[in-house]
Amino acid sequence: MSVKYDTISTRDAFGIALVEAAREYPNLFAIGADTTKSMGFKPMMKEFPDRVINNGIAEQNMAMIGAGIAAAGGRAVIATYAPFASMRISEQVRTFICYPDLDVKIISGLSGLSGNIEGVTHQGLEDIGVMRSMANMVIVVPADAASCTIASREVLKYTGPAYLRIGRGAVEQVFDSSYKFVLGKANLLDAAGTDVAVICNGCAVARVLRAKALWENAGIHARIIEMPTVKPIDAEAILAAAHDCGRIVTVEEHNVIGGLGSAVCEVVCSGDAPCLVTRVGIDDMYTESGPHDQLLDKYNLSPEHIAAVVKSAV
Amino acid sequence: MNESIRELKLMANTIRRDIVDIAYKAQGPSHPGPALSCTDIVTALYFNIMKVDPANPQWPERDRLILSKGHACPVIYSALAEKGYFPKEWLETVRRVGSHLQGHPDMKKTPGVDMTSGSLGNGLAAALGMAVYLKHEGKSSQVYCILGDGEIQEGLVWEAVLAAPALGCDNLTAIVDCNHLQSCGAVPDIQDVPGMARAWEDLGWNVLRCNGHNMEEIVSTLEAARDFRGRPTVIMADTVKGKGVSYMEFNNDWHQKVPTKEQYELAVQELEEARICL
Ligand SMILES: Cc1ncc(C[n+]2csc(CCOP(=O)(O)OP(=O)(O)O)c2C)c(N)n1
Repeated sequence: MSVKYDTISTRDAFGIALVEAAREYPNLFAIGADTTKSMGFKPMMKEFPDRVINNGIAEQNMAMIGAGIAAAGGRAVIATYAPFASMRISEQVRTFICYPDLDVKIISGLSGLSGNIEGVTHQGLEDIGVMRSMANMVIVVPADAASCTIASREVLKYTGPAYLRIGRGAVEQVFDSSYKFVLGKANLLDAAGTDVAVICNGCAVARVLRAKALWENAGIHARIIEMPTVKPIDAEAILAAAHDCGRIVTVEEHNVIGGLGSAVCEVVCSGDAPCLVTRVGIDDMYTESGPHDQLLDKYNLSPEHIAAVVKSAV
Repeated sequence: MNESIRELKLMANTIRRDIVDIAYKAQGPSHPGPALSCTDIVTALYFNIMKVDPANPQWPERDRLILSKGHACPVIYSALAEKGYFPKEWLETVRRVGSHLQGHPDMKKTPGVDMTSGSLGNGLAAALGMAVYLKHEGKSSQVYCILGDGEIQEGLVWEAVLAAPALGCDNLTAIVDCNHLQSCGAVPDIQDVPGMARAWEDLGWNVLRCNGHNMEEIVSTLEAARDFRGRPTVIMADTVKGKGVSYMEFNNDWHQKVPTKEQYELAVQELEEARICL
């Protein structure tokens, strides 16, 4: 099966939505920690240089400047790479952004394995787990460039703390400009299947769609749910899947602890149709340097592995 | 010229060759500019100043080095290979799946790497921890930490700067690789701090300066730092990002980039010509 890649990175796809939001909101500021050239700020920097700040290599300062701008009445967008955007600034985010419910958007690049050749220091393997445990936080994980621009628009319109998890380079294309994104709502890519439900987001969506042919060869018809919003999660879609299919497989570019799979389990086990859930992702370990696609294959996200898990779940 | 200084210059030239090789052959872009700017310093450390034993990377009495600006790791990988910590063939595997040589230093995977790094701003505090412990154990080991001049914008660097004199760590030498560039541009364009050296001095550090590409000066400054007692020392090393490859010097495009075949061959040729003159 031939694989088609986006022509732009998810970082540039976010940048398109950022400059639009800067036009709409004259009080929107974008702050980078020596990341103003690497996190999609370029179009905004060109049009609104006065509202783009590079505060140096100082992520905690960036987070608190964002909190301060929001507390003073502005809208703030802060951006860096996933480990820094989630863990380096986690207490600032929790106590000074989420607790006072301030309008700060955290843009997290190189997330999942897309920190690729840089290695573990630059990959975001636990970021969703960290962010998901903070009340008031909204978490969005787009699958590709087209859906990233569309989802970013909604995230930037939303008022309050949000974590937008994006990648590094161009990824496998899944959607086009007709993509519909509603904050907090699942996107059913195959609604009719009832043998098993596969719930996925981010880069994993493309790989699930490639795995689909493999499990269909085995006569399995799965429901496929893209879950771009991890928080607040679409409990209704999950409970319906549990009820209709009786078996769920989650697939994500994250540690199997704390991310989408955990969020799905939390919903399923408190619903009225509890069912078994198998979580596919990085098995609670540290990965390594390498090309993004090779890492995805090695760390459980090859279409073959996904299909094998789906088959064994039915 | 003093023979040992000439040897060091030849080794620095060899390491520059390795860095250029890694830039060309590694998986995806590595960071040649940041590695070349601290090549002379790292060469002086591993091949003259530091007490280490490649046959016993975990030797408890050894001196320690933390490359806090971890993205410059090709320089460390080359120095460790040239020292004999591991086969030179490993250098071809940088950043590849299954490699011992990760995109950023990994103390568990690479023999000779004393501390994991790559998330900027953390190395000096870890170096301080090592210095406290080694002093307490009565070891004569010195701890070295190389930081970027952009990296020192991180707040945690300053927590360690404040704590080190109070903890009496005169076995700690920080080296700031002042190449005047960071990721998104020139350091003074992002944060202009003309009084940086004075700030360290005011906070209790012994401050030394050197030309980070003059081998005699680097060695004598590192010796002075090691022998200084009572307070930790910081060396402000004046450097050029990309030093040794004409088109990389002062050019921040080479912060992280793969050379073309022509660029690679030109770099090799320039370094060979420079070697003949040593
Ligand atoms: C905590 C953290 N934030 C951001 C980065 C991304 N990053 C890698 S290198 C770099 C610039 C470093 O500049 P400097 O310290 O001056 O070193 P140079 O490369 O110029 O030698 C940045 C921001 C990082 N590795 N770690």
